[in-house]
Amino acid sequence: MSKKKKETVEKAYKKKLIKRRKPNRSIIGDIALYIFLLMVAFVMAFPIIYAVNSALKPLDELFKFPPTIFAQHPTMDNFSDLFVTMGKSWVTFSRYLFNTVFITGVGTFGHLIIASMGAFVLAKYEFPGNQSFFKLVTVAMMFTGYVTQIPNYLILNKLGWIDTYWAIIVPAFASPMGLFLMKQFMEGLPTSLIEAAKIDGANEWMVFSKIVMPNVKPAWMTLIIFSVQALWNNKASTYIYSEERKTLVYALQQIQAGGIARTGQGAAVLVVVMIVPILIFVFSESQILETMASSGLKD
Amino acid sequence: MKEYISKYFTLRKHNAQVAWKKAKKAKMCYAFLAPYAILFTMFYVFPVVASIYFSFTYYNILESPRFLGLQNYINLILQDDIFLTSIKNTFMIAIITGPLGYIMSFLFAWLINELPRWVRSVAVIVFYAPSIAGNCYVIFSVFFRGDAYGYVNAFLMNMGIIDKPVLWLINPDYMLPICMLVILWMSLGTGFLSFVAGLQGVDRSQFEAGYMDGVKNRWQELWFITLPNMKPMLMFGAVMSITQAFGVCDVTMALCGYPSTDYAARTIVTHLFDYGFSRFEMGYACAIATLLFLIMILCNKAIQSLLRRVGT
Repeated sequence: MSKKKKETVEKAYKKKLIKRRKPNRSIIGDIALYIFLLMVAFVMAFPIIYAVNSALKPLDELFKFPPTIFAQHPTMDNFSDLFVTMGKSWVTFSRYLFNTVFITGVGTFGHLIIASMGAFVLAKYEFPGNQSFFKLVTVAMMFTGYVTQIPNYLILNKLGWIDTYWAIIVPAFASPMGLFLMKQFMEGLPTSLIEAAKIDGANEWMVFSKIVMPNVKPAWMTLIIFSVQALWNNKASTYIYSEERKTLVYALQQIQAGGIARTGQGAAVLVVVMIVPILIFVFSESQILETMASSGLKD
Repeated sequence: MKEYISKYFTLRKHNAQVAWKKAKKAKMCYAFLAPYAILFTMFYVFPVVASIYFSFTYYNILESPRFLGLQNYINLILQDDIFLTSIKNTFMIAIITGPLGYIMSFLFAWLINELPRWVRSVAVIVFYAPSIAGNCYVIFSVFFRGDAYGYVNAFLMNMGIIDKPVLWLINPDYMLPICMLVILWMSLGTGFLSFVAGLQGVDRSQFEAGYMDGVKNRWQELWFITLPNMKPMLMFGAVMSITQAFGVCDVTMALCGYPSTDYAARTIVTHLFDYGFSRFEMGYACAIATLLFLIMILCNKAIQSLLRRVGT
């Protein structure tokens, strides 16, 4: 009798378990959680929403007080102003844009190739120095780039790269973060895949370019987003001093220093600067999260 | 004793020979690693070594470095009041925003994990966006403008909390808290992503086993099941937030100016910029950089040994 009762209780419990994935949650807690998350999300998003809207506001709305958050009559005037007004200046806006796009594009591409090559052998082959080199890379993630900036300047000076794009691009190739993430992700690749390719007569370069790289596409996106984020926001003012080679962020600062008359354009540049990394992230979120799942630091 | 030493050396020699043989076989590996290794050594390893070397010298780029011994460090700590302010500010920022940002990253990643799939991916974008939005933090200088038309001032005056506008970014009392606020806003960065991804990877069956064993609420679930599973991600996130917390300079420079009033928002990195790229006292700047480097590495090591104990 009692045994039967127990069984029915267990059955009911199991039923409930299947119905709701997590039986130890209270409904009130869930509602509170949703409200809390919504509030935080609003606080996080507000400055960005405000920035985008002020870029869309026409001049009279920009200076309205009390301010409106959303633009009543959105226009693209501020963006076209960037090209029209700054088109007449000595260094045009499109030039700043080109500089940043060039630095970001070349830097990211090179970083992807070079870091992947290194990560491939670190993850899949045993050789002396393998472990210690990777340890060194993880240590390099523990301090900011500012620490090395002065010696870097001296090195770039010796190489004659000061005041060229290469001063920004080449150091970005060696960013430790990309190698770290790539290596962690490649460790998840089955070794049998590589061995099978080798038996079929592929050499190491073929294995790398034909087998390994196509299989780690999610990690590409992750490397790209981190590299783009670093390079796109690079002010580069310490290494580059010629006006025509300066970057977008530098132009942004100058426009903002231009004061109230440039408020609309400042907001527009701000949007241009921030929208690119965000868009890349939006379109590659699931791939990035897939890579980050293997980002853990083991000892 | 002598025998022991000679044995030790033969063993070492043998090991080295074996390693050399293996290395010869693995030529291809080195060829693949070489481009990265060369650049990495050139722009990460060598600069640290050079920075330590220059920190013992007087160097202004034009003349060749002159050896000074520990003089730079002595000057830094005993005579440079502004450096002490900058250390104080950096530590204040790091101690408050570092752990708080770290906990926030984990907390939100964990809460988001409960949401249905598509809501979760939107939430990740909303929370992560501030940290990749580049210079978007300059928008805060509009919110915190010092005149009556600054939004925060206007709001507080309308509410009757203050009767005259506050110079938020010029008054030393308010600078650091505002900077911290902005840094916290941006602190859901790489670590946060790693946590979100890690939480999705925790084995479901462990939770089910937990329900059977009587895990009562989400907090117990967090401590007994989720945290121990997340250890590698926790380590990674800690490295990221420490690096960020001590490297603060962009936000303070953009909001409070460079130099800021009374040096109230000066951090170690801004001090480094001042000596390195305005005054060209490279030796002195390298001493600052070396100290910053040591602080960061030690802090990382300490936090890592602390995190190893989580959930055990």
